[in-house]
Amino acid sequence: MSVFIDKNTTLVVQGITGRDGSFHAKQMIEYGTKIVAGVTPGKGGQKFENTVPIFNTVADAVAATGANTSVIYVPPVYAADAMLEAADAGVKLIVAITEGVPVLDMTRVYPFVKEKGARLIGPNCPGLISPGQSKVGIIPGRICTPGNIGVVSRSGTLTYEVVYQLTRAGLGQSTCVGIGGDPINGTNFIDCLAAFEADPNTAAVAMMGEIGGTDEQDAATFVKQHMKKPVVGFIAGQTAPPGRRMGHAGAIISGSAGTAAEKIAAFEAAGMSVAKRPLEFVQLLRDRVK
Amino acid sequence: MNIHEYQAKELLRNAGVPIPPGEVATTAEEAEGIARQYGGTVVVKAQVHAGGRGKAGGVKLAKSPQEAKEIVSKILGMQIKGLTVQKVLITPAADIASEAYVGIILDRASKKPVFMVSPAGGIDIEEVAAKTPEKILKLPIDTRYGLQPYQAMRLGFFLFDDLKRVRAAAKIMQQLYRAFMDNGCSLAEINPLVTTPGGDVVALDAKMVIDDNELDRHENIAALRDESAEAPSEVQARNANLTFIKLDGDVGCVVNGAGLAMATMDLVKFYGGDPANFLDIGGSSNPEKVVNALKIITADPNVKAILFNIFGGITRTDDVANGIVTATKQNPLTVPIVIRLTGTNEEIAMKILKDNGFSASSDMDEAVKQAVALAKGSPVTPSAARGA
Repeated sequence: MSVFIDKNTTLVVQGITGRDGSFHAKQMIEYGTKIVAGVTPGKGGQKFENTVPIFNTVADAVAATGANTSVIYVPPVYAADAMLEAADAGVKLIVAITEGVPVLDMTRVYPFVKEKGARLIGPNCPGLISPGQSKVGIIPGRICTPGNIGVVSRSGTLTYEVVYQLTRAGLGQSTCVGIGGDPINGTNFIDCLAAFEADPNTAAVAMMGEIGGTDEQDAATFVKQHMKKPVVGFIAGQTAPPGRRMGHAGAIISGSAGTAAEKIAAFEAAGMSVAKRPLEFVQLLRDRVK
Repeated sequence: MNIHEYQAKELLRNAGVPIPPGEVATTAEEAEGIARQYGGTVVVKAQVHAGGRGKAGGVKLAKSPQEAKEIVSKILGMQIKGLTVQKVLITPAADIASEAYVGIILDRASKKPVFMVSPAGGIDIEEVAAKTPEKILKLPIDTRYGLQPYQAMRLGFFLFDDLKRVRAAAKIMQQLYRAFMDNGCSLAEINPLVTTPGGDVVALDAKMVIDDNELDRHENIAALRDESAEAPSEVQARNANLTFIKLDGDVGCVVNGAGLAMATMDLVKFYGGDPANFLDIGGSSNPEKVVNALKIITADPNVKAILFNIFGGITRTDDVANGIVTATKQNPLTVPIVIRLTGTNEEIAMKILKDNGFSASSDMDEAVKQAVALAKGSPVTPSAARGA
């Protein structure tokens, strides 16, 4: 078991013939993800790697293959349109990898996707992986191993770092979700925590937040009120100066709000254990899933 | 991206917002000429990317061209929050009957632009929000429909009683919203929006922040960037497609990925050191990026040790190793370097580094501890680093 994706996930890759799309499509196929279709306007009828049919539109791809999930690797200015297209075609899980999507575009996409009853993960995210079953996005498969830790994070490489340490310590993962570093994204911490709480194969959750916004504080409240499973938290950006965008568009302390100290205090007030450095996840999680 | 007040005013003027005239000066003599041309009392306003200019002495009234010249000669070159004032805006002083606040921010919680208006304008809006939240009206806007006329009127009625002023304000709300959307803003603010004794409603100050992700499709806005108002190292980094933020410490950090970069800086602090910078070389592993990154970091005289922390997921660690070798051949290091890398092609990377006289570890905590010790001038252990 896992959350959001599993061995029954059937994937359409939007932008499958692009540089990033083709590279990662191959990696996903290698991992065992069921890629049933690709989309590149104007290349309908061709095949990717001689096996995956390419369509001009997501609607065509869904009609022909029944794909239930989409992953988006198109350039930033076209990314919003790609998300709208996927939702309109009836895809229920949309994973947007693209970094650099204008935030105002997301103010139109978010309500539309919600009204269509779809879940959007990202943009500006590494995607997700349910080890041994399916991966959608760019998380390196070989650093993961199946198990019962749920992982959710706003970051890419920091997630890889922690997951790699967990794997080396024998702590496998049910699903790892990168929700992305943008100020407006489709899926937040609470969505993932609720899914992990409901997943019988997840025993504990590792949650990596960072400065900016109040998503972590809201998550802490959710943990306190609704979660029985242990959650270990971490916040990146304790040394970040206010008012500066720390790489991720959403990683910025505005005025006095969104600091690491504020978020760590919220975690502690919710009774969560807090990893002071990335490596501490191993010990804290091991103690809690014994 | 921040733009200056005079640039934001120009964008708002283009959208139709009533704004008194103003001209930019870069010398005291120029300022004197502008003040003479306006006649009467003028306001001199420092143009820097920092809030609280007034409190810092960057905004002054001048009653004559001579006084304008004197004031401007003092303001130009002044430091406000670490930034040097290089331009001033000269504008005729206005008669003010009342001051209000009007702003639009891109709100993460509601995932919408939110109008914030308050009849208590002219001061720090965060202070108003904290002390008298009832004096602020917040109105989220669905960008698929835009600001509707009834919403603009509601905002106007929150500020004024007199219908003529309400209508004038509502019109300004529409113009501000248009400017916010058309220019790809994450914040647009008029503070204060004033009424004159004659009943006009005009914008006396403006602030806009542009979403960096919008710059590719708004070339005219990208052209407003004032590189002289930024730290030179940050300009250099941006032109090399690196994300770099200078800090005050002495451990120079080169990391791939923003989250890991922040976590690395935090770990430096955790082990008693101080990071000199945030630097993300990004997901791709172009050796050229490593060369540029090292150039920027070694140019900072405060840097006493350099720390590489690379997790190879998409990034190939052998590419990073090659970059380090190339960069240090071009510009030999004068400070010690500590390299931590793990993940994709780790064995190849380790060999490349070893063959070129570097040592590297795969343990993040150990590497950080070493870098902190080296920055403090502790003896260099043989396994730790290389360089003179």
